Amino acid sequence: MATLTLRNVKKRFGATEVIHGVDIDVDDGEFIVIVGPSGCGKSTLLRMVAGLETVTSGKIAIDGRRVNDLEPMDRDIAMVFQNYALYPHMSVFDNISYGLKIAKMPKEEIAERVAVAAKMLQLEPYLSRRPRELSGGQRQRVAMGRAIVRKPSVFLFDEPLSNLDAKLRVQMRLEIKALQKDLGITSLYVTHDQVEAMTLADRMIVMNAGVADQIGKPLDVYANPATEFVAGFIGSPATNFVPPAAVAGAPSGAARLGIRPEHARLTDAGSGRMQGVVTFSEALGAETLIHLVLPSGAPFTVRQDGALPRPVEGEPCGIDWPDGADIRFDADGRRIALP
Amino acid sequence: MEKRVTFKGWTLPLCLLLPQVAITAVFFFYPAGQAVYQSLFIPDPFGLKSQFVGLGNFNYLLNDPYYRASFATTAVFSGLVTVVSMGIALYLAILADRLIKGAGTYRTLLIWPYAVAPAVAGVLWMFMFNTRVGVVTWYLGLLGYDWNHVLNEGEAMGLVVAASSWGRVSYNFLFFLAGLQAIPKSVIEAAAIDGARFWTRFRTIVWPLLSPTTFFLLVVNVVYAFFETFGVIHTITSGGPQQATTILVYKVFSDGFVGQDLGSSAAQSVILLVVVGLLTVIQFKFIERRVHY
Repeated sequence: MATLTLRNVKKRFGATEVIHGVDIDVDDGEFIVIVGPSGCGKSTLLRMVAGLETVTSGKIAIDGRRVNDLEPMDRDIAMVFQNYALYPHMSVFDNISYGLKIAKMPKEEIAERVAVAAKMLQLEPYLSRRPRELSGGQRQRVAMGRAIVRKPSVFLFDEPLSNLDAKLRVQMRLEIKALQKDLGITSLYVTHDQVEAMTLADRMIVMNAGVADQIGKPLDVYANPATEFVAGFIGSPATNFVPPAAVAGAPSGAARLGIRPEHARLTDAGSGRMQGVVTFSEALGAETLIHLVLPSGAPFTVRQDGALPRPVEGEPCGIDWPDGADIRFDADGRRIALP
Repeated sequence: MEKRVTFKGWTLPLCLLLPQVAITAVFFFYPAGQAVYQSLFIPDPFGLKSQFVGLGNFNYLLNDPYYRASFATTAVFSGLVTVVSMGIALYLAILADRLIKGAGTYRTLLIWPYAVAPAVAGVLWMFMFNTRVGVVTWYLGLLGYDWNHVLNEGEAMGLVVAASSWGRVSYNFLFFLAGLQAIPKSVIEAAAIDGARFWTRFRTIVWPLLSPTTFFLLVVNVVYAFFETFGVIHTITSGGPQQATTILVYKVFSDGFVGQDLGSSAAQSVILLVVVGLLTVIQFKFIERRVHY
């Protein structure tokens, strides 16, 4: 039970600054997801909170207490690693109870806490096994168990699902969400997967090149991206970007327009706001993705209901969208507020 | 599954095996056979004829207090060389593993002593500790310590142990460093977050995960101390004073080639062969039980 505060946190490796001042306020019990492409600094940020990387400048506070210079063990946190980081020479029980033994907790209490965690994570039959005798999903659960039993103030997750197969990832995603809700522990979760970010987060932070571009509730971020980067990163397939000059009746003042594939629809050639030629379409069943090429040579994607007829490849088409569906950006890639 | 290459006839595999088999036969089986054969005879002082004595040589050796003392000397010597060289190597490897800048330079410098032949290393240490002209002896003298390994048995043992361990540290360092670097960083970090400080992490995580390397080095170092330290001992102490540094291998040489008792020397070789065989078997059994995780 704690809050987590980051104030103007910066990180420099030698001469290269990788995090350019991040401010975050995490409420007690909140689930925050940091999402961004590889190399945006999201893992570094998490490792700074964990105490595995030094903080170049700024302040990190857990429950109001400045932790910048504390060792990881003194910060009252627990972390789940991407590769699980289980102790290979210890049984599942020893893995989970390692931190408690070091804290010199009485044996009965250790046994009790491990039993509770094992029950919660359905690990009871495996307590005497070694990590190498477990499947990927079970290893993930042991790593979770190790974090849970210590009852930390803050949970840190570093891409915990990226080593699992697609089906297991969906299942574990739900389990993590349910577990976090049950325990009510403040959590910081790093991922490059926008689906995880959208589904898990109470609030999400979109990181781009060492800067937190936007912090907000997932649906707010989706509906009102603050920058061109956020608009392009959140949402699948990605937002189409076009210069206003290419759009009939475009608003003035914007340097670029963003149109989400799900907001655009095809019309007859010659009508609509833009013209394009269908290059190919992908029928996914429930929906169809239609890829077009604009006269400028730029690609454009339209997402339409799977029941609608598929256009013939090589056909010219019109592209249209409802008024107000376009997202306007200035020359620096920042959102222009609607008048 | 294991991949096996299947040959059609016998000629090619035999030809491929021949060089290794020939070398083993000429340099191992033949001399070992000769040793076993000779251990059953006592040659006359001029080497003209020899007399069959059965197990007489062995019987005499096992009742010989000097030979028994040599066993103890060997145990002390190889134990010390192994512990000293592995201990220092592990310490240096831990330091080098934490290093980010200049790690390559340190590593290269630490590996150099391994390139020095044992006999040359022996001569180096002999000059440094020479009782008359040695640099170290002179400084020890200034400090009021009278170093004389020619007379003092403890000092003699210390010196050959130091000289034998010196080059060995490099070899052990390489393996320990590789072993340390093979431990995933995140496991160490997880332990740090779990509350383990450096020494606890080392004791509960690093040391157990390093055990395959440690056991391998244990075997290799004991075998080294048994056999390959001959050059060092020969150049520094020649087994003295009063046989204080006469390890089994050195006794094989001094009894056979200096004392001209070829029968006894051969019998000692056979005993060494058995001892090393046993040592290897025991250590590998131990490894199979302990090291797997």
